[in-house]
Amino acid sequence: MSIATTFAKAKAENRSVLVGCMPAGFPTVDHSIEQMIAMHEAGCDVIEVELPYSDPVMDGPVIQKASDIALANGVRTRDTLKIIDAVASAGATVVLMTYWNPIEKYGVDAFARDLAAAGATGLITPDLIPDEAAEWIAASDAHKIDRTFLVAPSSTDERIAMTLENCRGFVYATALMGVTGARKSVSSQAPDLVARIRAVDPAIPVGVGLGVGNGEQAAEVAAFADGVIVGSALIRCVLEAEDRATGLANLRSLSAELAGGVRTRR
Amino acid sequence: MSAPSLPDLAGHFGRFGGRFVPEALIKALDELDAAYRSAKQDPEFQARFQDLLLNYAGVPSLLYRATRLSERLGADIWLKREDLNHTGAHKVRNVLGQALLAKRMGKPRVIAETGAGQHGVASATAAALLDLECVVYMGEMDTERQALNVARMRMLGATVIPVTNGSRTLKDALNEALRDWVTTVDTTHYLLGTAAGPHPFPELVRDFVGGIGVEARAQCLDQIGRLPDAVAACVGGGSNAIGIFHAFVPDEGVRLYGFEAGGDGVETGRHAASITGGSVGVLHGNRTYLLQDEDGQTIESHSISAGLDYPGVGPEHSWLHDTGRAVYEPVTDAEAMAAFQLLCRTEGIIPAIESSHALAGAAKIAPRLREELGRTPTIVVNLSGRGDKDVHTAGAYFGILDQAETIVPGENT
Repeated sequence: MSIATTFAKAKAENRSVLVGCMPAGFPTVDHSIEQMIAMHEAGCDVIEVELPYSDPVMDGPVIQKASDIALANGVRTRDTLKIIDAVASAGATVVLMTYWNPIEKYGVDAFARDLAAAGATGLITPDLIPDEAAEWIAASDAHKIDRTFLVAPSSTDERIAMTLENCRGFVYATALMGVTGARKSVSSQAPDLVARIRAVDPAIPVGVGLGVGNGEQAAEVAAFADGVIVGSALIRCVLEAEDRATGLANLRSLSAELAGGVRTRR
Repeated sequence: MSAPSLPDLAGHFGRFGGRFVPEALIKALDELDAAYRSAKQDPEFQARFQDLLLNYAGVPSLLYRATRLSERLGADIWLKREDLNHTGAHKVRNVLGQALLAKRMGKPRVIAETGAGQHGVASATAAALLDLECVVYMGEMDTERQALNVARMRMLGATVIPVTNGSRTLKDALNEALRDWVTTVDTTHYLLGTAAGPHPFPELVRDFVGGIGVEARAQCLDQIGRLPDAVAACVGGGSNAIGIFHAFVPDEGVRLYGFEAGGDGVETGRHAASITGGSVGVLHGNRTYLLQDEDGQTIESHSISAGLDYPGVGPEHSWLHDTGRAVYEPVTDAEAMAAFQLLCRTEGIIPAIESSHALAGAAKIAPRLREELGRTPTIVVNLSGRGDKDVHTAGAYFGILDQAETIVPGENT
């Protein structure tokens, strides 16, 4: 299902989209596929696959640690494409999140081509701003990949407008000034940022990420956002579990709890 | 050459530089850019900066004719004595400039990354002088091997945070500083330690350290009566090198040589030579040459010199390399240490191991230039720092430490 259809369907059901993030190859290629399919089955509408990178400056300690484990276990860019293929084939809507250098190294156009072939619908680029993205914009147009750039509470209105012009699919609103990771409470800056985005473009779906870790927080964000993006809390289910079965069970139950949250909207 | 007009307004040196950072940092970078541009035009700011350099940091540094070294190398060697600056290196110029800028922007807190601890100590120094809160991120590996510099920073009132992520070295300290900055950008200036990172840092740092080359050029005309045949500097991130190169870029007769840390030898894969042994990519906010594997994952660098032990290089060096205006070559640990010892014994100067790479490079190019020119070449070497911090490393390398001294926790191992 395309991102646009996924958001439209959720809107028709008067709920938000749940986006669940998991690093590719964490802890191994096969296990990460199993985890992503479990998240999909338990209610994540979109699986955000994160390509593990050696220097993830936008990520907090949980995603960093999971990425380090994946890299230490030898995950390669081509494995990430295989994982996307497997998860998309299982029926999930898949987007990729990656820092820019691995794509530049792969070859920008070749990457867009192979990403589309693997079945991903979009790409989130945390360290690529539209100002530097000419090559990516051309490649993603050529291969019909949606582009998600980030906006932040510090973004000026001019930059929000410029960024939205270059986004396709959905825009990623970082709820707070900081890195990824669950927080005790939902950021108070997020509703204001979403309102500023809507003032510029009422149509584009807005996904809010950073700091959401449970069903209650998901419901809170779902009240004002089209999508709720959760990463670290899901990854922790696997990272902190005593054994694999417990990890998968916790991952399923948190996904279900979050899926309930995006349907509650308070 | 049109280097003085670069970078463009978005921070590009040809295909290099730019901004590859999360959107959350863009506003802060824009504000920094605006503050820097206004400070550059402000005579009061410039006067304050020059006053601190002159009366606090001991700048301008001497241009010293190294007679005995010259005899040994078969070239007229002039040393730009940045090692005599306060805190013992060229870095004091950058930290004073940026700390003044932080004050001007009304930011009460500065953060810095450090590898060996030199930039951390310099930042802590400037913060103490200008009454700023200072937090230094340092890889846990480095806090262990540079315990004395950790103590120095703490004496100066800074907080040192050991970084336990990734490879626990300089690149991870830089990542952590960026993460801090994303969170605290309203109150905090990121005092970046080299002429790399997202725009405007490469330009801003270059300008703050650019006095090295301006002074050296004037000193050459005054003391030698003409410009040198070559200028040599070591290159890690590349701030001392860009600092001395920049003023000479328009002088086409002056050859510019940057010497990268070749570690065990570029062919071994254990080195920090981003230009001569790396490829173009994006790291820490800019497009440049870097050490990366075939998937674009950063490869850890290796050098006996902690200050050069970084897998990237400032974007302007990448540009100078591509245009051919500057020549970059690797110098191995062994070559650098031989030059270290040579300067100690011929001139009574203990250089930083970083700067020893530039000395070793000068020794390599001297016979080539002699042949090319048909006369004794004149080479200015940027002696970017003093070697006190490296005494333990060098002592261990040369096997001259007494038994009891070898257990003193000290400099890098």
